[in-house]
Amino acid sequence: MASGDIQSDESLYPIAVLIDELRNEDVQLRLNSIKKLSTIALALGVERTRSELIPFLTDTIYDEDEVLLALAEQLGTFTQLVGGESYVHVLLPPLESLAQVEETIVRDKAVESLRILAPQHSTTDLETYFVPTVKRLAQGDWFTSRTSASGLISVCYSRVSNHVKGELRQLFKSLCQDDTPMVRRAAASKLGEFAKVVEPEYLRQELVSLFTNLANDEQDSVRLLAIEAGISMANLFRHEDLEQQMMQTLRTATEDKSWRVRYVVADKLVELQKAVGPEITKNDLVTSYCALLKDPEAEVRAAAASKLKDFSTHLPADTREQMIMSQILPCVKDMVGDMNQHVKSALASVIMGLSPLLGKDNTLEHLLPLFLSQLKDDYPEVRLNIISNLDCINEVIGVRQLSQSLLPAIVELASDAKWRVRLGIIEYMPLLAGQLGPEFFDEKLSSLCMSWLTDHVFAIREAATNNLKKLVEKFGRDWAQSTVIPKVIQLARDQNYLYRMTCLFAVNALAESCGQDITQRMMLPTVVTLASDPVANVRFNVAKTLQRIYPALDQNALALHVKPCLEKLCQDSDHDVQHFASEALEKVIEAL
Amino acid sequence: MQNAGSDDDLLEWYPSQVKGPVDDEVQEADLISTIEFNENGELLAVGDKGGRIVVFQREQQTKTSPRRNEYNVYITFHSHEPEFDYLKSLEIEEKINQIRWLKRKNPAHFLLSTNDKTVKLWKISEKTKRAEGFNLRDDNGIIRSTNSITNLRIPIIKPMELMVEATPKRVFSNAHTYHINSISLNSDQETFLSADDLRINLWHTEVTNQSFNIVDIKPPNMEDLTEVITGAEFHPRECNLFVYSSSRGIIRLCDMRQSALCDRHCKIFEEPEDPTTRSFFSEIISSISDIKFSHSGRYMLTRDFLNLKVWDLQMDNRPVETYPIHEYLRTKLCALYENDCIFDKFECCWSPRDNHLLTGSYHNLFKITSRLTRKDAIFEASREQAIRPRQLLKAKKVMPSARRNRRDEINTDTLEFSKKILHCAYHPTDNIIAIATAHNLFTYIAKDSSSLSS
Repeated sequence: MASGDIQSDESLYPIAVLIDELRNEDVQLRLNSIKKLSTIALALGVERTRSELIPFLTDTIYDEDEVLLALAEQLGTFTQLVGGESYVHVLLPPLESLAQVEETIVRDKAVESLRILAPQHSTTDLETYFVPTVKRLAQGDWFTSRTSASGLISVCYSRVSNHVKGELRQLFKSLCQDDTPMVRRAAASKLGEFAKVVEPEYLRQELVSLFTNLANDEQDSVRLLAIEAGISMANLFRHEDLEQQMMQTLRTATEDKSWRVRYVVADKLVELQKAVGPEITKNDLVTSYCALLKDPEAEVRAAAASKLKDFSTHLPADTREQMIMSQILPCVKDMVGDMNQHVKSALASVIMGLSPLLGKDNTLEHLLPLFLSQLKDDYPEVRLNIISNLDCINEVIGVRQLSQSLLPAIVELASDAKWRVRLGIIEYMPLLAGQLGPEFFDEKLSSLCMSWLTDHVFAIREAATNNLKKLVEKFGRDWAQSTVIPKVIQLARDQNYLYRMTCLFAVNALAESCGQDITQRMMLPTVVTLASDPVANVRFNVAKTLQRIYPALDQNALALHVKPCLEKLCQDSDHDVQHFASEALEKVIEAL
Repeated sequence: MQNAGSDDDLLEWYPSQVKGPVDDEVQEADLISTIEFNENGELLAVGDKGGRIVVFQREQQTKTSPRRNEYNVYITFHSHEPEFDYLKSLEIEEKINQIRWLKRKNPAHFLLSTNDKTVKLWKISEKTKRAEGFNLRDDNGIIRSTNSITNLRIPIIKPMELMVEATPKRVFSNAHTYHINSISLNSDQETFLSADDLRINLWHTEVTNQSFNIVDIKPPNMEDLTEVITGAEFHPRECNLFVYSSSRGIIRLCDMRQSALCDRHCKIFEEPEDPTTRSFFSEIISSISDIKFSHSGRYMLTRDFLNLKVWDLQMDNRPVETYPIHEYLRTKLCALYENDCIFDKFECCWSPRDNHLLTGSYHNLFKITSRLTRKDAIFEASREQAIRPRQLLKAKKVMPSARRNRRDEINTDTLEFSKKILHCAYHPTDNIIAIATAHNLFTYIAKDSSSLSS
């Protein structure tokens, strides 16, 4: 008996430490302790957890935000530790206090945990414990508690009696009409979710007017959140109802005085389009969309422009082409010459998407001139975005139509002063190569690809070697042998040791895709020659390269060339060279 | 002879309290740099040159004693420390340039404070409970041996003496190249602006790593610079509107709905210069040192070197009311220029019902003006008076012909320019004012202030 006690004492010790550390001076220790709250609860057993631990936690909300955040998260997973679903309600008081703190992330986490716990309540418990909690929060003195309430009403609504439902609707309504904008914002952002669980009759009788009020709120920040609610509500209505009940308000939103609201409309337009269906899209949204494309605020135009492809794709098929041609395209044409580079660049990243929708003839006649002028745009980002989307138009008219303009654009981007732009264009080379074919590529672009190998920025040289690898995968070994390898080998004789290193990096990248024959016959001799380079960095990279490419070589080559070369490097005067050489040698000897 | 009280709506003011050091041998760091009441006037924050903030709390009403209007220290904390910008080789002063209280959102109070470069959000909270009982220590703090732990103890929450804490919640930094002159909270209660000499940035109170530039008046070539921003404030109700004042005496109203960058103002308030009073100093003295929206949101109050001006938002070609503050200084501008006083930045404020205006002057004088009768009264903030709280504050007269033996008259030639009242604040609901002289904070109350608050 006594020995049993001592044993349990020892196992109690770490738990005791954890409990004490819940109040340690050091935040990190408190945080660790809170994260192990389940261990503490397990040791205490369900009864003591309910009667002592949870009340203690309810009162500890004076802590640092990160501790509170961890606590709020833990409590959401605590059901089993307090004795299962029939006791889940004991977790409500601490979460209720956490749902009132000033820090938004903590409140949100507490609400999230409460939302997890709500379905675990029996219907009786829900009305006895959960709903009163929600009510208290909704009628709290401070806005922090009221904002939290708005996220909890929808999770209990469907499981309570009609009488309580009425009360909850009333609560939600009062939140939507709260004095502080924060509460109205919270209510606006939860309205869509609430609409989904409310019976259709009340949706029509009550929620629509709430939406209308929020969408006409004096605060911009409330109105813009109402838009999203409107979109989810629109999904719940049939066409006639929708037109009658909501469209007026949504239409007003697209013409809102505040650019931030119009921005949200532009940003959510495709969702709205899906929600309202083809008829309203045809009658209303296309006009609104065109207005947004011409908006005085650049942010709005950019958001609208970026939706061009998605919006157009989702237009009803029967009238799509006609609508694009007659209404949208004229706006797009103006936009190509926009003053703002972000607008143009947003447009450039999607404009090619119109091509499959409009077909070959329209593309040639209307879109091609736009692409061509964008390829000559002042801003490299615009040009880059066009080039990066070439695949869309390749299927419709083929890239060759563009090649005359494409080439100068590419050449210019390839030598842009900003290295990130150069990096951008390199990444599209394999794509271009696939679409232009090897002859055209050889003729016009291969020299560019080679010139990047000697760029003065490392990132570009690195990208250039990877690019070569992808090109070889596309065009095959013969092409590699005739075009790439000679150029790479040439680098080994360059004055600049950085370029000699690039040669090695290129070999690293190419060996696998070129295969044994080429690697052994053309590249290996160069690598071995570089082993006697005067610069140590080059020499140890030879060792690294050999370690990398040896699987692509046959036994003979390994024994005759690689092994002696590495053995020599092992005797090098430089420590790093020795290190890498001996590492490589080990591997090679294993393979022999 | 008494021009305050009875015959018009100018209130009768009584000294209430004086705070701060008694002797004149005080430290530079103690210079008061800003004062601000919170939304219901229960708290009064005072910032100083040493980066400290002292918050005073209005005496609580109890059952036994009637409500009094005294303010007592609630908490003192250090908001800003001196810093050094190594890139620009510049010292950054710790001086608190402005304090703004947030609307209350839970039992704690929040305020924004700013020095030249960095805005900070502070939480001021009360603690009345603490946990007791450890496992590894007994109640006397003596460490218990591992073997003696036979059961686990959960700490118990016990009440304790009230403790007020100030915790820094957020730091909004690295967004201003020039000196921040004002911060202002938006009515949406989630954003605020910070304005420096050339730019205004918009922040979200919960996001510290990004801010949006909403006004930028920096010309490509600094030699083309004609004016700087001297202050900025959000409209008390319309979340889209804000105004900023400039060193040329111009106020610009911007609407954030129109575009993301508000460089193009939507309204400009400017009074054409009077050619008869034009002088070398015209430009300097027209610079606006403070701008405040009225509580109603319909008017703006600006202070320039010599005047208070009330502008109607609907009328942009001239102010609706102009009140000279110390016209007797017009002849002394040259001296004021030489001692740099001409660049002093006087603040101004509205009374709770927007019917009175308060601003400061030299010689520790401050002036309360009635908009209704256009009458005004000049008072002197002095210790001698402040220690006799029951005595009505007597108005002073400043004139060149003042007689030495009259205590209520001050000769314009004996004005002390080193004593000045730059900072003042008016209680948001009651007739209580706070006035800062160099190191001291004075509070005054008007007699019927209790009836106003009810």
